[in-house]
Amino acid sequence: MSSLRDEAQIAIAIARKDAVAELRGRHATVSTLFFSAVVLLLFGFALGPDSARLAAAAPGLLWLAVVFAGMLAVSRLHLLETDDDALEQLALYPISRRAIYLGKALAGLAVMVVLGLLVLGAVGVLFAVDIGAAWLPLVTTVLLGAVGIAAVGTFYAGVTVRLRAREVMLPLLMLPVLAPLLLGAVKATAAALAGDPFGELGAWLQLLVAFDVIMVVAGAATYGYLLED
Amino acid sequence: MKTRVLGFVALVAVAVMLIIALFIVPADLNQGDAQRIMYPHVASAWLGYLSFGVTALAGIGWLWKRDLRLDAVALAGAEIGVIFTAFAIWGGMMWGRPIWGVFWQWEDPRLTTTALLLALYVGYLLLRRLTDDPERRATRAAIVGIVAAVDIPIVHFSVEWWRGLHQTATIGSPDRVLNPAAPMAFVGTLLGMLAAFTLTWLYLMIRRYQLARAELAREEAVRRQRIQAARAPHPSAAPPEVAR
Repeated sequence: MSSLRDEAQIAIAIARKDAVAELRGRHATVSTLFFSAVVLLLFGFALGPDSARLAAAAPGLLWLAVVFAGMLAVSRLHLLETDDDALEQLALYPISRRAIYLGKALAGLAVMVVLGLLVLGAVGVLFAVDIGAAWLPLVTTVLLGAVGIAAVGTFYAGVTVRLRAREVMLPLLMLPVLAPLLLGAVKATAAALAGDPFGELGAWLQLLVAFDVIMVVAGAATYGYLLED
Repeated sequence: MKTRVLGFVALVAVAVMLIIALFIVPADLNQGDAQRIMYPHVASAWLGYLSFGVTALAGIGWLWKRDLRLDAVALAGAEIGVIFTAFAIWGGMMWGRPIWGVFWQWEDPRLTTTALLLALYVGYLLLRRLTDDPERRATRAAIVGIVAAVDIPIVHFSVEWWRGLHQTATIGSPDRVLNPAAPMAFVGTLLGMLAAFTLTWLYLMIRRYQLARAELAREEAVRRQRIQAARAPHPSAAPPEVAR
């Protein structure tokens, strides 16, 4: 029986494999990074040139861009596995299914952290938001958001990866589930940027932590059933 | 036969309760006639949540027992839940327009939660339609249903933090409807409507379940037929002619 330590080792091995593939091919990060840049640009056009209005909307725009790009990134990581039926191969190994999920989610997390931090920087530049003053709570929010998106995204990418209408089904299933994360992350970012005048930052970060924990547990508990078929 | 009787009873009950709610019970002092929408609205919202609860439990049951009948229950719950939830949202909007002045009140946690709930289960139903193999479909649906059910409380909780102006839960909190000061006519109508709608829900659940079983049996029959046709020597399946 594999101990927790073995599971962690397997998960890290899977994540490292994805990271190496990502570093060599850069399928997930580069394209999604440019995608989120385009999204930010279009948000700017949609909301008009009024810089005060753009700065006020910046937290929401940041997280919409991160969520959309993250969805693409995490699904790219799963497509990697279907190309040569690698997922079937992975499922045949006598290892815990939970470890496979955690490994894929870990790789997704790494991509999401890079993506989130870069988009955060881009928002700071494009919408004239002062990130430096509140960098610690902002980075914390990005990290917590990245965990949640990776956890939920890996799960739904696994559900949809073998569907015909994968491109439509992934956002359709995943985005409503991510709604609390979006809400918490936007509120936390807005609070951090404003210097947390109402002392609500902690509560929103707690919400994100709770979301992350619940979704990682739910994903780890159910993902294995996907590999049965 | 028994199901038909249940359906008839449900129909009569809903008709009677509608007449009571629309014509007999006095109008609310503050909200006027608009408040009458609340009777079917509250009842259908409650049945939406009940349906999705049934879907989640049936999904867990499928993963555990691997009995396709449980998956049929899950499907019935999701589909009927979507109908009742959509009806609840529609009723809420009809009520919101005269009372709040807007169809859609963003600050109301229950409205936004319910809309997300609807999206979650529409996705669930679409996912089911995209998977052909019954057991694979049941498994995918079950885990998606479970994760959706896990998400609902978080959604509700997070949206609640936005601070809403929705009336606090009516039945749940003792200071509202179950308050002895609340006029018995209102309480009685609401509870009667709940009972009538729940009977209807039960009837629809049974019928949808039966239909799901029949669909599955037909899928199975078609599959068997195809296998047999593939095995039997077919006139067109003559050995390929040798070229040249």
